[in-house]
Amino acid sequence: MFKFTVRRLLQMIPVIIGATFLIYWMVFSLPGDPTAGKCGDRPCPDAYVAQFEEEYNLNDPLLVQYGKYMAGVVQGDFGESYYGVPVSEELSERFVVTAKLGLMALGIEAVIGILAGVLAALKKGGFIDNVVLVSTLAVIALPLFVTASVLQLYLGIRWELFPVTVGSDTSFYALLLPAFVLASVSLAYLARLMRTNLSENLGSDYVRTARAKGLPQSRVVGVHTLRNSLIPVVTFLGYDLGALMGGTIVIEGIFNIPGVGNYIYRAINDRDGVVVVGAVTALILVYLFANLVVDLLYGLLDPRISHD
Amino acid sequence: MTTTPAQTRATEATYAEGEGPILAVEDLSVTFPTQDGPVTAVKGLSYTVEMGKTLGIVGESGSGKSVSSLAVLGLHDAKSSKITGSIRVAGTEVVGLSESRMRKLRGNAMSMIFQDALAALHPFYKIGDQLSEAYLVHHPSASKRDARRKAVEMLDRVGIPQPDRRVDDFPHQFSGGMRQRAMIAMGLVNDPSLLIADEPTTALDVTVQAQILDLLQDLQREFNSAVIIITHDLGVIAEMADDVLVMYAGRAVEYGTAKQILTTPEMPYTWGLLSSIPDVTASTDARLIPIPGNPPSLLSPPSGCSFHPRCAHTDKVPGDLCSTQLPDLTPASGVDHVKRCHLADPEMIYRTEILPEIAPDLVEENR
Ligand SMILES: Nc1ncnc2c1ncn2[C@@H]1O[C@H](COP(=O)(O)OP(=O)(O)OP(=O)(O)O)[C@@H](O)[C@H]1O
Ligand code: SF4
Ligand SMILES: [Mg+2]
Repeated sequence: MFKFTVRRLLQMIPVIIGATFLIYWMVFSLPGDPTAGKCGDRPCPDAYVAQFEEEYNLNDPLLVQYGKYMAGVVQGDFGESYYGVPVSEELSERFVVTAKLGLMALGIEAVIGILAGVLAALKKGGFIDNVVLVSTLAVIALPLFVTASVLQLYLGIRWELFPVTVGSDTSFYALLLPAFVLASVSLAYLARLMRTNLSENLGSDYVRTARAKGLPQSRVVGVHTLRNSLIPVVTFLGYDLGALMGGTIVIEGIFNIPGVGNYIYRAINDRDGVVVVGAVTALILVYLFANLVVDLLYGLLDPRISHD
Repeated sequence: MTTTPAQTRATEATYAEGEGPILAVEDLSVTFPTQDGPVTAVKGLSYTVEMGKTLGIVGESGSGKSVSSLAVLGLHDAKSSKITGSIRVAGTEVVGLSESRMRKLRGNAMSMIFQDALAALHPFYKIGDQLSEAYLVHHPSASKRDARRKAVEMLDRVGIPQPDRRVDDFPHQFSGGMRQRAMIAMGLVNDPSLLIADEPTTALDVTVQAQILDLLQDLQREFNSAVIIITHDLGVIAEMADDVLVMYAGRAVEYGTAKQILTTPEMPYTWGLLSSIPDVTASTDARLIPIPGNPPSLLSPPSGCSFHPRCAHTDKVPGDLCSTQLPDLTPASGVDHVKRCHLADPEMIYRTEILPEIAPDLVEENR
């Protein structure tokens, strides 16, 4: 297990380098003048442009630029934004908010998704099953920003149950609605995945054996069926963290949440390459770690997979 | 003969002999409503099994062997199946019995071992834990340690080497034969009066098959339980069974002692089964004649005798009786031997037409 973890951590290094280089390359080779619009309506003075290019190594070949940037990153220096604020400082503050939002979304997704899937599978063709099938279909069909706006309108403005936007108050309660919206699409897929898996496993030979032993239904489902059905669900949850991270860019924009997603959204608009690269790198790291956790969980759930 | 503790316990805890058969199935029908219409997989099936005896059930794939046995354990989903008739286990009617009372019988008074042990054992739990669980559920006052001791004891009993070590293995760490042994151990852990073995050796290679069958016979003698063995293989029947039930398209088509079915069968389908296996009398010049055609569809079963589209003897029955009228189960020549066929003189046909084909040397000897 330890060896496996170390090996997987080492394997991450080339992935991180590859991914950050791709982002760096895409962001900094975008056509257009990075200083445009920085000095009001007039073009910036040459001295300012020169200083700017010096500071961000814009005259070096791309690989060298990237090398210098990464040398800083390794020491915890993600560079400065165009406004002169160190990226690492702002990132760490915002990261806490996004992590909170992401974990809440993941929790909501896991709990409601699994529960809905289990209930639907146990009474296949019944009322709950139909409710789950129809509502998940609706959620999957609607674009995220539509779901967000509708809930914002009703739960936020009309019924005043939740704050409409989050702003500086990033409490659990304030983040609940955005987290739910963020989780909604994945939640729908997860419920369906759980339903299909569980009902398939309920028909398997070893479940028939469990019943033939005279075990009560609760044990047949809880001990002999759920664990297997959870394996694809855990995989889905792990990979889905990536999708959730992407979703924060939209959700944090809509709900005005001061997180990494919002930061990236603004930086893209400002063509602030350093910020984009730094923030996206942080999200990639989260994604890679989530995958590692999934693989370790696999070994715990299924004894046939050994991590020696 | 000395009595083992298991024997005394088995006879104490189980159905006292002389009270009639441990299992009595009467007019059992099992119907599944499907999208294409109702499928009646078992129709009007009746049989009995006495303590200490073995009933063999044979028939082609799809003839309803498993469905009828699963009904005995009440393992069909009540919502997606309809069961009529009567199944009495140790005198208790189990058709319509509540799930909670049924659960007390399952794995306890009666148990079942399944064909594919790799699929039938849970891949994520240790063999020992699966055995202990089967024991604990019917011995709620036993401790975990008792249950584990019992698991080791059972593994030892079915011939697993180093049972105290292997008890902590997962199913995938066992060989195919050992898995089936473990499956048998699990079936016997509560000393059941009735053990149903659904094709217990089909997935195994020949030498292991023989070992497993020997083991089942030894254990049956030791536990004095009643056994139903389901198989395609008449060789298994010849070795194990006291009585034989031949099924076709959900119905019993011939039922009698193993000797009667194997030496004086009276129903063309049974003849077909005998011709389609390597000869039980081990003759070398016997011909293997597979039964032509396929088993009938259960959705639109043939009129009259279900076997008539494949039967080579319909010309010996007057008129078109075979295709219009379902033959009843009627007494054959032997005592308690019944068959479902219109043929007036099946013995004669068997001796003059069938036997020379499948066992020429036997006919020679008899001359
Ligand atoms: N749940 C079900 N719903 C619908 N049809 C079913 C169901 N279970 C079994 N059947 C049908 O009932 C018939 C009898 O099946 P069964 O499993 O008893 O056959 P079998 O004699 O055990 O065959 P095999 O030798 O292949 O195990 C088959 O045609 C099968 O398709
Ligand atoms: S009743 Fe007719 S068709 Fe059926 S087995 Fe007998 S001879 Fe063949
Ligand atoms: Mg079967």
